[in-house]
Amino acid sequence: MTLTATRTATRTRWLQDNGVYVAVVALVLFNVAFTANFLTVGNFRTQLVQAAPVLIVALGMALVIGTEGVDLSVGAVMALAAAIIPLYLGAGPLVAIMMALTVGLAAGAFNGFLVAKVGIQPIVATLALLVGGRGLALVIADGRLVQLHDPAFLALGTDDVLGIPISVVIAGLLALTVAALTNRTTFGRQLVAVGGNRKAATLAGLPVNRVLIGVYTICGVLAAISGVLATSRLAASDPADMGLLMELSAITAVVVGGTPLTGGKVRVLGTVMGVVLMQLVRATLIKHNLPDSIAQMIQAAIIVAAVYVARERR
Amino acid sequence: MSTVQATATRTKVLQRQGAAVALILMVAVSWLVFPRFGSLDNLRDLALQGSFLAVIALGMTFVIITGGIDLSVGSLYALGGVLAAWGSQYGFLVALTLPLLVCGAIGFVNGLLIARTNMAPFIVTLASLLFARGLLLAITDEGANTYQIAPDSAFVELGRGTVFGFGYPIFIAAALAVLGGLILNRTTFGQNVFATGGAEQSAVLLGVPVAKTKIGVYTMSGTLAGLAGALTAAYLQSGVTVIGVGTELDAIAVVVIGGTLLSGGMGTVLGTVIGVGLIKVIQNVINQIGTLDSNYQSVVSGVFLLIVVVLQRILRR
Repeated sequence: MTLTATRTATRTRWLQDNGVYVAVVALVLFNVAFTANFLTVGNFRTQLVQAAPVLIVALGMALVIGTEGVDLSVGAVMALAAAIIPLYLGAGPLVAIMMALTVGLAAGAFNGFLVAKVGIQPIVATLALLVGGRGLALVIADGRLVQLHDPAFLALGTDDVLGIPISVVIAGLLALTVAALTNRTTFGRQLVAVGGNRKAATLAGLPVNRVLIGVYTICGVLAAISGVLATSRLAASDPADMGLLMELSAITAVVVGGTPLTGGKVRVLGTVMGVVLMQLVRATLIKHNLPDSIAQMIQAAIIVAAVYVARERR
Repeated sequence: MSTVQATATRTKVLQRQGAAVALILMVAVSWLVFPRFGSLDNLRDLALQGSFLAVIALGMTFVIITGGIDLSVGSLYALGGVLAAWGSQYGFLVALTLPLLVCGAIGFVNGLLIARTNMAPFIVTLASLLFARGLLLAITDEGANTYQIAPDSAFVELGRGTVFGFGYPIFIAAALAVLGGLILNRTTFGQNVFATGGAEQSAVLLGVPVAKTKIGVYTMSGTLAGLAGALTAAYLQSGVTVIGVGTELDAIAVVVIGGTLLSGGMGTVLGTVIGVGLIKVIQNVINQIGTLDSNYQSVVSGVFLLIVVVLQRILRR
């Protein structure tokens, strides 16, 4: 009996760890067989360009979730970054981008301060910025959409490096950086320790507050980068719609990718695959002319199924 | 010694009644500064606007006291309105019960998944946020179809009828709040809600029906969100498809402002009602200051939420 039980347990464990990869492969095979024009360069470009901003946000979210937190403010930070860009574009694209990233850094550090030093629960701490941040972005922009004409800034959204769109290259590099950060640095080890057991981490003398503030700051900066890239692609600053509901997409991708909401574990490659999976699901549903309503319900089912498989048993 | 006690008592009063004190101050100042604030018309409008949110936040209060969270209420609110508007062609009873049954059923499934499979409330209700929106789009021809309610139907009366100028939804919300307070403080179910959120492991060991309690609160939250949607549809005379985006966050914010702890085990219905009052008075005042556009509302709400949670945290030390 033990042999069968062990075998079942091993199989469940394997599915928990690798379910997202299996799902991506299955979905790709399905599309190769049944979707017209799937295996074209143009299609891959479109899919990757659409997935890049979500991936960048999801990377930061994965780190935050690894500390047993959550950051609801990422969409609002994207909107703030979008609102900042036209204000400073006159001084050159580099200045505008740096200002936007600075705002993201400040927002993230503020979240981290509330969570680490004041001791507010992550959901509430970041909820305040979610509620207020987009309003602030709209106040800054006077509630208007601003068309952007700076060619150097717009090139960020249209140009290629070695045949790959710039935003995709940036997302890829960031994914590698975050993977190295979690797996190869002391900071990464401390992050996982804080998420696994905060009390033990404190008692072990880890700089818990510094790690938490660092993680939320990284998440804020990544959200701002995503907002800058999405703005350049849109060729307009649109704080009303920029990053709307992005927090939900990012959390979904992270959780589907196998990072547990209970913290103590960060799966970067899983997060990348989670973003790819959700993007593929959406693309598949659209290409087969399923309406938005059905698409949303199927996404809901996928989220529940993924979390059900990955859940920790008591 | 007695000074220490007095300070402690004062801190406790401030902590528990902070939102109430803030509300009284806000109302008093607004009354003096803005001549139109105190007018009967404005107060009626204020109460009516608050009543829909109060009904949703009532369910959220129960959920949060069990240590959970319900992100699906915004979508269920919109879905309830659309179902009520669609159902109104078959009469009053269908218009009222259809949204309650469907939204209640979705809430029941939320509770079932959370209680029986050990999945996080956050993610389960996030999925049903998507699902309910999808269902709404499916029955409204992808959002293109807004069902109208016949203006002379009895159902419209439910949303637009008044007593002394005060709309029926205000009385419905008030009655539900009283009922909710009694259930929370005077019944076994209420005790189980507190026990589940306070210390779940101990509650299980003490024989508290934790799973049933969780299923109960999520079912209640879904049903109330559906009811709020039905009342809104009756008031607007149509099932508007685009409402309710982000309403779950408003509901969470007012519950937290009202002093209910997100970690569970503590909270009051009265606090939630006061939280609703505060947010609505702030919005109303910003509308009175004609030069500020509505974007300031969310900035002020966000700052206010922040101040409240920071104060709560500091006072609890």
